[in-house]
Amino acid sequence: MIRFILLQNRQGKTRLAKYYVPLEDSEKHKVEYEFRTHKVIYRRYAGLFFSLCVDITDNELAYLESIHLFVEILDHFFSNVCELDLVFNFHKVYLILDEFILAGELQETSKKAIIERMGELEKLD
Amino acid sequence: MNPFSSGNRLRDMIRAIRACKTAAEERAVVRKECAAIRAAINENDQGYRHRNLAKLMFIHMLGYPTHFGQMECLKLIASAGFPEKRIGYLGLMLLLDERQEVLMLVTNSLKQDLNHSNQYIVGLALCALGNISSAEMARDLAPDVERLLQFRDPNIRKKAALCSIRIIKKVPDLVENFMYPAASLLKEKHHGVLVTGVQLCTGLCKVSSEALEYFRENCTEGLVKTLRDIANSPYSPEYDVAGITDPFLHIRLLMLLRLLGQGDADASDCMTDILAQVASRTESNKNAGNAILYECVQTIMSIEDNGGLRVLAINILGRFLSNRDNNIRYVGLNMLMKAIVVEAKAVQRHRATILECVKDSDASIQKRALELVYLLVNESNVKPFTKELIEYLEVSDQEFKGDITAKICSLVEKFSPEKIWYIDQMLKVLSEAGNFVKDEVWHALIVVISNASDLHGYTVRALYRAFQASTEQESLVRVAVWCIGEYGDMLVNNVGMLDIEEPITVTESDAVDAIEVAIKHHRSDLTTKAMALIALFKLSSRFPACSERIKDIIFQNKQSLLLELQQRSIEFNCILQKYHNIRSALLERMPILDETTLRGRKDGSLPTAVSTSTIIPCDLPNGVAEPAAAPIGDLLDLSLDDVPPPISSCGDILQDLLAIDLSPASALSGTSHPPKAGTDVLLDLLSIGTLVPAETSPSALDISSSGQDNKAPLANSNGLASLPLLIADSPASSAGMMDLLDAFDPITQKLEENGPAYPSIVAYESRSLRMTFNFSKQPGNPRTTFILATFTNLSPNVYNDFLFQAAVPKFLQLHLDPASSSTLPASGDGSITQNLKVNNTQHGKKSLAMRIRIAYKTNNDDILEEGKINNFPRDL
Repeated sequence: MIRFILLQNRQGKTRLAKYYVPLEDSEKHKVEYEFRTHKVIYRRYAGLFFSLCVDITDNELAYLESIHLFVEILDHFFSNVCELDLVFNFHKVYLILDEFILAGELQETSKKAIIERMGELEKLD
Repeated sequence: MNPFSSGNRLRDMIRAIRACKTAAEERAVVRKECAAIRAAINENDQGYRHRNLAKLMFIHMLGYPTHFGQMECLKLIASAGFPEKRIGYLGLMLLLDERQEVLMLVTNSLKQDLNHSNQYIVGLALCALGNISSAEMARDLAPDVERLLQFRDPNIRKKAALCSIRIIKKVPDLVENFMYPAASLLKEKHHGVLVTGVQLCTGLCKVSSEALEYFRENCTEGLVKTLRDIANSPYSPEYDVAGITDPFLHIRLLMLLRLLGQGDADASDCMTDILAQVASRTESNKNAGNAILYECVQTIMSIEDNGGLRVLAINILGRFLSNRDNNIRYVGLNMLMKAIVVEAKAVQRHRATILECVKDSDASIQKRALELVYLLVNESNVKPFTKELIEYLEVSDQEFKGDITAKICSLVEKFSPEKIWYIDQMLKVLSEAGNFVKDEVWHALIVVISNASDLHGYTVRALYRAFQASTEQESLVRVAVWCIGEYGDMLVNNVGMLDIEEPITVTESDAVDAIEVAIKHHRSDLTTKAMALIALFKLSSRFPACSERIKDIIFQNKQSLLLELQQRSIEFNCILQKYHNIRSALLERMPILDETTLRGRKDGSLPTAVSTSTIIPCDLPNGVAEPAAAPIGDLLDLSLDDVPPPISSCGDILQDLLAIDLSPASALSGTSHPPKAGTDVLLDLLSIGTLVPAETSPSALDISSSGQDNKAPLANSNGLASLPLLIADSPASSAGMMDLLDAFDPITQKLEENGPAYPSIVAYESRSLRMTFNFSKQPGNPRTTFILATFTNLSPNVYNDFLFQAAVPKFLQLHLDPASSSTLPASGDGSITQNLKVNNTQHGKKSLAMRIRIAYKTNNDDILEEGKINNFPRDL
């Protein structure tokens, strides 16, 4: 189960943070690599670190794949996404994330399905 | 109204914040915006509510407090339009979590939204519920979610499934409600729903064993079939990742199968085929494939035993170890460490690869590999392993050397097949990385060396060679120095050559050279230098030819600034100069240190017997003598019980030692004497009081410390047995001040018993003083003698502060009455008298003996006179 997702740039500024378990506010601003009894899996894409904090028993390689899938979705949605896109459209990023992961578990594994859904939701606005 | 159409204002704020150059500027901008938002909230401004909330979310992400916006979220959620609800729920999920009580207020809105006709709104509600619901909310809304599990729209179904996971985690009682709907989800075709269904089942199985049973019976075959379909399915662009269709589904299915197969043989049987298929057919050149293989391996290792599959799994892990990607190697090593418990033999086959990983460039992989190697070693493969590790030791990084050395040492200790191999390996390790080796390790090595008596010659020669090669490693120097000191004669005379050795000529002075180097080397620390001093001292006995030179070297350290070295050099010097007769006895070969005692003490099972180090403050290889002391204590029969008593202070030791009586037969009786008096004596002895003149103190210390160094030889020297040490009770006397070593000449006089009248004697006479004794005994009490001591001043000067002290052997008890005065007039014009009472417990067998000391002041000089009284009447 995913405990939280963090996107941070190299200066440590958080671009996105989503928590699936309640954490103290102070803890939210700390990042440690062996955070309590869970492990952090991360991958760097250009200047951004995508980190996932998961249970110890989870399959790390699988979560690496999910990070990659998420990045691909973002790339598709924003057409060659860059960090600024994520900053100015953070609310959209959250919406995408909510379609991809819910309650700490994977919701949808097809990039196409998620993009379609986002399209529908955009139309409603 | 689209909240984002007026996103210019939101964008403006973001841009403004990003343009701030300092934190203070940023705080100012944020404060201004917050004020505006708060004002808008107070006015209940409908129009910009969503934009304000978006701004608030951004500010929250920056880390500023935003609780005033929480009610805004609720208001937005309660509005009718989809966009408002959307931003409201988003804000809710960001700004709130399940521990806030405000969340309860949302329950009603959620309930309404879950039953909304607009499925997007239903989706929003499910999303919010799934991410942050509390236990009460979960319980309230569970029925609605359950119903939604069978909704027509797959998007809703999958959201409902994930939402249910959270619900059962929060409220485990509700598991039964979700079991059947979850089972039906497993038959879905839509991948999204399927994957969420699988996850729901996994969640259910983890929470409730009843659910686990249910799924095991009913769904295992279905799942196996699904997995087979996926694995064999043709290319599908929608779900394809790196050539594999939907690896996520693969992995989730494998995870669920693992849970179902664990502990159950039938279920495990079902799965073996598909597991074998997945394991062998999945491509492993991409991360997705490796992820599936990893999950597959985990499943294989967890389900019931199937030998062939497990070997297959371990082979996969072996392949992982050769992968270029660090992550995969790391994962492989981790898994192997768990696997070795179950399938040790199979893991052994990958020994070579694992050894390669020890040499990896990545630190965490190195560490893991080293731990794994440690687990793999057994008696049969310890030699090649150790060889490899030692080779690697030479090229490894500094930080890592400590780890490797520790592991090599423990491996060698645990598994060494023969002593000579052990010594060889340890020598190599010490030469390479001695500085990282802990003290216990080289202590243990010394113990082993001393036990391997046939290898003494070999060892000392090998050490000598290593020492010549390099003196960098402190521990090596210490061990070498110790061995050369102990077995120097073997080194020089090439005793005990083994076939494999090359001949080596070492002269005595070479050996002394070596140790001198150790002392003089600027980097040697205190322990090494102290050990070197003792080694030299030992050599002075073994190589008499070099004695002068050794004496010089020792002498040089007399002025050392380090107390330990100074003390030792003074003591050794003293022995070398004055006490040749005991030197050889002192310096005999050390007895074999008892390995089992040492190991036992290491394990804390034995009391630390005979701590020799209380006088000598440093933790020195005298510590190595500690195990020696235990058997030596037995040698000397000091302990009355079977177990050497835990003796914590030197005082006790000395007391025991010095309690050795005059007659060899009564070695034990010494301890029966009042030990308290003995201890006080020794405390006096050891606390160099004001009365001790300078030259006697070293000798007093001599006996105490040289007594500690080599206790065994003490047993051999009979002279020591005559140490007299009992002190009178009177506080006016303190006996420790005698030069005890002079007492080697046994007191030989034996006085016979005769009649009640005893002649008085001139006990002591010098040019300035005379002392006479008059004896009397009480009838019926022949043991006790009353002595009247009379002091006469023979010089023309007055003596002031006159003090008389006496000491007697242990079999006598002495009591001094206070003297008549402390001023002795000149030229015999008057005298001082003092009464003494002596009790002879060996009356009839031994005669009285006494040593005296007289101190007085005259002409502003302090004078001290000492003497021995030998002329007691025989039968006193």
